[in-house]
Amino acid sequence: MIKVGFYPGCSMKGGAQEYQESVSALAKVFDIELVEVPDWNCCGATAAHNMNKELSLSLPARIMALAEKEGITDIVVPCAACYNRLSLVKHELAEDPSLSSKVASIIDLKYEGTTQILNIIQFIDKYITDRLEEKVVKPFDYKSACYYGCLLVRPHSILKFDRVEDPQSMDVLVKKAGGNAIDWAFKTECCGAGMSVSRTDTVARLSGNIMKDAVDRDAEVVVVACPMCHSNLDMRRPEINKFLDKKIDIPILYISQVLGLAVGIDAKTLGLNRHMTEVNLPVRPAKEPAIAAVPEKEVITQKTEA
Amino acid sequence: MSASHESHHPLTLSGELRLETGVIINKCYQCGKCSAGCPVAEEMDYPPSLVMRMLQTDDPKHYEKLLRSMSIWLCVSCEMCLTRCPMEIDIPTIMDNLRQKSYKAKKTNPQAKKIIAFHKSFLDSINITGRLYEMGLIVDYKMRTGAMMQDVLIAPKMFVKGKLNPVPEFIKGRKKVAAIFNRVQKDNKEGK
Repeated sequence: MIKVGFYPGCSMKGGAQEYQESVSALAKVFDIELVEVPDWNCCGATAAHNMNKELSLSLPARIMALAEKEGITDIVVPCAACYNRLSLVKHELAEDPSLSSKVASIIDLKYEGTTQILNIIQFIDKYITDRLEEKVVKPFDYKSACYYGCLLVRPHSILKFDRVEDPQSMDVLVKKAGGNAIDWAFKTECCGAGMSVSRTDTVARLSGNIMKDAVDRDAEVVVVACPMCHSNLDMRRPEINKFLDKKIDIPILYISQVLGLAVGIDAKTLGLNRHMTEVNLPVRPAKEPAIAAVPEKEVITQKTEA
Repeated sequence: MSASHESHHPLTLSGELRLETGVIINKCYQCGKCSAGCPVAEEMDYPPSLVMRMLQTDDPKHYEKLLRSMSIWLCVSCEMCLTRCPMEIDIPTIMDNLRQKSYKAKKTNPQAKKIIAFHKSFLDSINITGRLYEMGLIVDYKMRTGAMMQDVLIAPKMFVKGKLNPVPEFIKGRKKVAAIFNRVQKDNKEGK
């Protein structure tokens, strides 16, 4: 059993419980124990850095300081927004020692900035990807639009994760899970983020444009790695459909749910029932052995794509 | 943060911003890629490239307009502008700086009331429990804005789906988190 530090963040304890459920279930299959940072607090999110700079540095610093105290070296931060905040604060404090000591006195804890912050994909790549393909029992055979959003990949100068305009890391994982990661144009466009409540119209427009491109390119599912992106694309679907004046009903799945399904974890354990947009993925017949007749339609599809 | 933004200060406005954030406004040569990529530019009174230009003028009138603008509150911090800027100017950090000053100076745009109310409700929840308590946030936000009927129809479904926690989680160190709020608010007293 490998032990890895874990910062769930507030969303995963509330509106995005299925994200935590699926990350935990996936980790279990690969013999990984996720150890929560003890008594962690909220990272402050957009609200803190919009309103008060010192607060926006101190809240994430407390989380990392608590992890250091516990001897945690790697912290998995599945929420892209939390991952972004923790990474940016770690960077800013490393650049400015006097600011770092000021923040340490504000949080009243020793802070060294030694913990490694991993987003969900970095975590999977570090601990799971090598063993992923051998564990796939139910290939996730769907046209998937991998949506990275903003905070997983930007700003590149600090996060140094994946390509900034056309990232690939999630596409690679979906392919390893047996899926068909489609090429599309809205991988890193903003969904409207924290404006969901205070400016719902803006979110409907931005998320609507994302969903429109996904379905225009025949996606059967959108795959995400952020609770905020998820809630905007999933929970705000009525507003999105109203904005687009059409009915889009494809589901939004977390990358951990996609991989979980592929390695044979059942839908309920992965929390698929918790999505506001029902997950009704078409049932695919199991792949026949090579000798058996391949349905004509499938052959044609493969040819067109090649 | 030692520089004051009061008038009659020897530093220029862009010089002051540079001191506070490390961002050099004068690097901007108005290519407009930030505004082209900004997801909310079309809703803004001044798109990001114009914000840069207004700051470059060092004109207090322009500065005042920005502190009272909707642009700074509409910015969703998506970091697209910084990503596409050929001079790598950290516009999101400038936006944070302007928002904080606008709030502190009680100059926030009246139309940004809901956005700011949401931020305040969000921070209050952390101050009290140590974490974000979503149901508390929504109730608090409704009280602040009077938007009592907003989203009432999705709440029951969210509850059934297990997406709404009826009780908040209080962390053990919540007093320590509250102490953080006290310390940082000493020199950044809330404006309104």
